[in-house]
Amino acid sequence: MTEHVIETRGLRKQFGAKTAVEDLSLTVRGGEVFGFLGPNGAGKTTSIKMLLGLVAPTSGSASVLGAPVGDRRTRARLGFLPEHFRFQEWLTGRELLHLHARLLGLTPRDGKARAEALLARVDLVDAARRPIRTYSKGMMQRVGLAQALLGDPALVFLDEPTSGMDPLGRLLVRDVIHELRDRGTTVFLNSHLLGEVEATCTRVAFVKEGRIVHEMRVGETTGDAEVEIRAGTIPREALDAVGALARVLDDGHSARIEGRTTLRLTVTDEERIPAIARALVERAVPIYEIRVARLSLEARFLEVMGEDQRPG
Amino acid sequence: MTGVLTIARLTLHEALRRRILTAALIVGAAFLALYGVGLHFILRENSNHGNMTLLERRVFLNIMTLAGLYAANLLTVMTAVLLPVDTLSGEITSGVIQTLAVRPIRRRDIVLGKWLGHWIVMGGYLALLAGGVLAIMAFSAHFTPPGIQRGLPLMLLEGTVLLTVSIMGGTRLSTVTNGMLAFGLFGLAFIGNWVEQIGTMAGNDAAQRVGTVASLIMPCDALWQLAATQMQPSILRDLGASPFSPISVPSTTMVFWGIGYILVALAVGVRAFHRRAL
Repeated sequence: MTEHVIETRGLRKQFGAKTAVEDLSLTVRGGEVFGFLGPNGAGKTTSIKMLLGLVAPTSGSASVLGAPVGDRRTRARLGFLPEHFRFQEWLTGRELLHLHARLLGLTPRDGKARAEALLARVDLVDAARRPIRTYSKGMMQRVGLAQALLGDPALVFLDEPTSGMDPLGRLLVRDVIHELRDRGTTVFLNSHLLGEVEATCTRVAFVKEGRIVHEMRVGETTGDAEVEIRAGTIPREALDAVGALARVLDDGHSARIEGRTTLRLTVTDEERIPAIARALVERAVPIYEIRVARLSLEARFLEVMGEDQRPG
Repeated sequence: MTGVLTIARLTLHEALRRRILTAALIVGAAFLALYGVGLHFILRENSNHGNMTLLERRVFLNIMTLAGLYAANLLTVMTAVLLPVDTLSGEITSGVIQTLAVRPIRRRDIVLGKWLGHWIVMGGYLALLAGGVLAIMAFSAHFTPPGIQRGLPLMLLEGTVLLTVSIMGGTRLSTVTNGMLAFGLFGLAFIGNWVEQIGTMAGNDAAQRVGTVASLIMPCDALWQLAATQMQPSILRDLGASPFSPISVPSTTMVFWGIGYILVALAVGVRAFHRRAL
């Protein structure tokens, strides 16, 4: 599936004098696990709400699964786990799923079968007869995940699905996302937990002040790598040769020596590392160790957003 | 329609599960018990003295029935306002509404479903209280007031007006503001009616007009007056011999005004909810 399941152009939302989303233009392809990242107040949740038809955009256009946002038939093919997962807490977990099955138009038989399968999937069979008000935050999130998946959706919006979950719960969410990806379901994931995003997403967009400021495939994070070389004494000539192969950093330097024998540099392409090693060996510098650290998504996030926009 | 019925069913389920209805039923049962015991002692006192004519007895029993129905009406009105006061505003604030609104149902189905569910609860509550008053009177004194087939639907219409205002307000206002608005309008109608009655008695046209305008802004009290008028014999009505015999009887056009009021309030609520950011 490669068609665009989400397309937005110049989507903007103004609440009085406050602009929640400035200019959202993005495309999500079918089957992608798309990460939507940004600091608090960047407009992520408002963007999701606009895509779900919960909030009307002030201007701009958007389509979801090929239909205008909010289209009723299309909504039957969407799943949604809201950020503040609050449900009718006087219902039991099982009753909540039956309610949503009816709202989705499933037959009672299909609805019950689907609810039981999902209760088992999110490990809530034992708690299914208890009122939701007695659930822990993690359990509530799991029952929320089950209701999001009830209609076998083609597109699932998960707004901070793992906040408040213990490690096992997070692992469960990660597994569910992988299953969805394997089935070809598109996932739109909004999360502050960059490690989670890195482990599950195929592509991410960074949002800042209501605009997408950077988009990348998650694999692309390996493009920049930090290299640490432990070697013998490094002469100036060798440093210049290596520096020509490395990326120039913000401070204007491309490579720096720490303690006479440790060389640190950043490369934009790992394939340059053998050439760097060759340049040192050709200048009679003995090499004892080369360590390569890929730039994490978090490092890229901070680089794009600036240190003052740490997520969380 | 499936969406409306699903939400109505959810609303009924909520009323039962959250014990709101249980609390209302306990209060209603306490009222009926008090009414029954009080009536029993009053009737025993009257029969001991045995100095009432048949006409006096019928007038007395009619006034006692209307007193009971007035209290039942008041409890129903309170239920009509309080039961749905946070149903939309509360769920919008907490975010509960989001998972419902993204389902393939129209937003109007949510408003109409909640209205229907609460209307069934409120109607059932009125039937129970008013039916209880009438049953106690029939059992204790073998008396049934005239015109209950016209009076009770008017009481239901009054409750429906307030219920609809409460639902409508919930689509735009916070729970507290919504409750204040609904009770404020009820108070306005109540005071307006007194101004109208006193104005009629004093022959003051301006005061009478103020009362009429208040009834148009909120027709609930006029509908109660109309219901009370229907449920008493013409002699009592004409003489204004009971506290429930209005001097200025509201026009029957008020029924159509009440129905129109409900339809317009529902339409406003549906429209406001449709445009609301959730």
